[in-house]
Amino acid sequence: MENTLNLSVDTLTKIDEVVPKYPEKRSAALMVIHLVQDELGSVNDSACEWIAHRLELQPINIKELITFYPMLREKPWGRKHVRVCRTLPCALRGSYGTCKTFEKKLGVKEGHVREDGEYSLEFMECLADCGQGPVVIVDEKTYENIDAKRAENFAELLIDGKLDGSVDFTSYEDSLNQESK
Amino acid sequence: MNASTPKERRIILKHADDPKYSNQIGCYLREGGYESLKKAFSMKPDEVGEEVLKSGVRGRGGAGFPAGMKWKFLDRKSGKPIYLICNADESEPGTFKDRQIMYKDPHQLIEGMMIAAFAIGAKQAFIYIRAEFHEGARILDRAIIEAKKAGFCGDQILGTDYSCNLVVHRGAGAYICGEETGLIESLEGKRPNPRIKPPYFPAVLGLYQCPTIVNNVETLCNVRHIIEMGGEEFSKIGKPNNTGTRIWCVSGQVMNPGYYEFECGSLTLGQMIFDVCGGLQPGRSLKAVIPGGSSAKVLRADERFTGSLKDGTEFDWGLEDIPLDFDGPMSAGSMSGSGGIIVMDDTVDIVEAMANVNAFYAHESCGQCTPCREGSLWMRKISQRMCSGGAREEDADLLLSVAKQIEGRTICAFGEAAAWPTQSFVTKFKDDFIRKATDSQKDRDPKSLQLI
Ligand SMILES: Cc1cc2nc3c(=O)[nH]c(=O)nc-3n(C[C@H](O)[C@H](O)[C@H](O)COP(=O)(O)O)c2cc1C
Ligand code: SF4
Ligand code: FES
Repeated sequence: MENTLNLSVDTLTKIDEVVPKYPEKRSAALMVIHLVQDELGSVNDSACEWIAHRLELQPINIKELITFYPMLREKPWGRKHVRVCRTLPCALRGSYGTCKTFEKKLGVKEGHVREDGEYSLEFMECLADCGQGPVVIVDEKTYENIDAKRAENFAELLIDGKLDGSVDFTSYEDSLNQESK
Repeated sequence: MNASTPKERRIILKHADDPKYSNQIGCYLREGGYESLKKAFSMKPDEVGEEVLKSGVRGRGGAGFPAGMKWKFLDRKSGKPIYLICNADESEPGTFKDRQIMYKDPHQLIEGMMIAAFAIGAKQAFIYIRAEFHEGARILDRAIIEAKKAGFCGDQILGTDYSCNLVVHRGAGAYICGEETGLIESLEGKRPNPRIKPPYFPAVLGLYQCPTIVNNVETLCNVRHIIEMGGEEFSKIGKPNNTGTRIWCVSGQVMNPGYYEFECGSLTLGQMIFDVCGGLQPGRSLKAVIPGGSSAKVLRADERFTGSLKDGTEFDWGLEDIPLDFDGPMSAGSMSGSGGIIVMDDTVDIVEAMANVNAFYAHESCGQCTPCREGSLWMRKISQRMCSGGAREEDADLLLSVAKQIEGRTICAFGEAAAWPTQSFVTKFKDDFIRKATDSQKDRDPKSLQLI
């Protein structure tokens, strides 16, 4: 199939691996969309068409997924995407304040991408880590107990590119890897 | 800690927080991993199913249906392929237990699933995991490769002629994919619109219209321990009809929120909040508790619960006396649901708390049924207006009437999940709702905790 989206060899290989895992091609739709979105940042009309063609479907079959699922996108988020949990358990520990702090510090309104494309902020529904709320996800890493006060410091480190490896903020994912060493 | 409060009994989470334990197969094998699989493969599939039936284990995903019974409903005569799906969507607000299992001990789930697949005769199994668990999906993928290499999953398991492939499938952020028929639609590559039951009981008409078993992560992990101990032994843990342990997830306003595994029914809600979780912040008092994920009806701290249990014994409980098992919260008019206990103290504005929950359901309705789509939207709008200075005395009744028009009129149980919070909050805290409208100081204190 023609690579009109200029996808990397890695993504194309992963797509070729994932599709045959399913008894029916259509079932692979979400997984293929994720792979395409991970590389391109979003799934626009031409990406929809390409995926549909790859899975022998109509573009609408892909489009209806993109427009339904909250994590699928027709336009990309910023280069760094910050998610804050909004739902009750996190709100009871101050997540509305956390979100406000990020809006101020990162210069972007919740649900939007900053003009220069650097940051985007999303106030999301429960992220299944409610015991350690407020929960924040930056790209793919989960940070716990980020109340409004800690969010100030958190945002500063994020802006300085020093969040990774900071002592005060170890992600849930990184704390696992440490354990396995 | 109060002397009468029992200790945790960790079966599923035994190794979850052990610094010397990792999610790689070596650790799992060292701790006796995959021995249950070998034991199961020395039995007949039906015998494995019998053990699970005998264990009495009830589903940990929300509805609490006995797993062994569900497996019995499987349509085996159709000749169509049988599928096993692990529900790892973990989308019920207040719940974070399946996360701990998958990130920290993924092989336990794989072993449980392969035993379950063998018992029901599935040749293909899926783990449907929520997309926010990026690393979780990778951990499972890696674990499956390890298990395949060792012959515990995939082709010719343990050298027998039984094969079962296991595939990790990622969702994309929609709560409704936790509902099993919505999940199945999603796995078919469609919008996750739940199917109407009957006729679409998954055990008869599930994935690709084939017989399908959907079980929660924790349920499937229990299967591994049932086979290790034997169904009879397992049924002695906990209480009759409430067997095994349960992982309770406590969130909200307690000193030490977290996940705690206890024998079913071995402690009360009060012991959990005040002993295990260290109680509330100094100077605060308890206002309300949601005992089973945000869909469960809220309980008021000063309520009394009376009635008689299934075995005929009469009970007269305060909130703190409710036993933590399946039947306790149910007898108190709510449910233990997914095990997510959300605690609120006296600083919480109850109307705002409800508005927060309403916003969740309005956002997550799949939109197929008019009562659910419109009702959840209007409950959000009304409650949000109430919280931004526009509350009217008649709003309490209006909210109740909207909720009443949803319940029982929808394709899936999301309708109830959306209606129950409103019904219980408004009925039990009517004073707070009226006060919202009559209080002359309608503007909120900007320093107070904001929930909507
Ligand atoms: C709206 C809604 C959301 C649900 N979300 C989940 C979920 O996130 N995880 C889960 O295991 N079950 C969830 N369930 C329950 C499932 O439909 C199903 O009953 C369960 O996965 C069966 O597994 P079990 O018998 O092992 O509990 C949900 C149900 C409804 C109605
Ligand atoms: S009850 Fe709500 S979530 Fe369930 S099918 Fe109907 S509209 Fe969708
Ligand atoms: S409510 Fe924030 S993670 Fe669940």
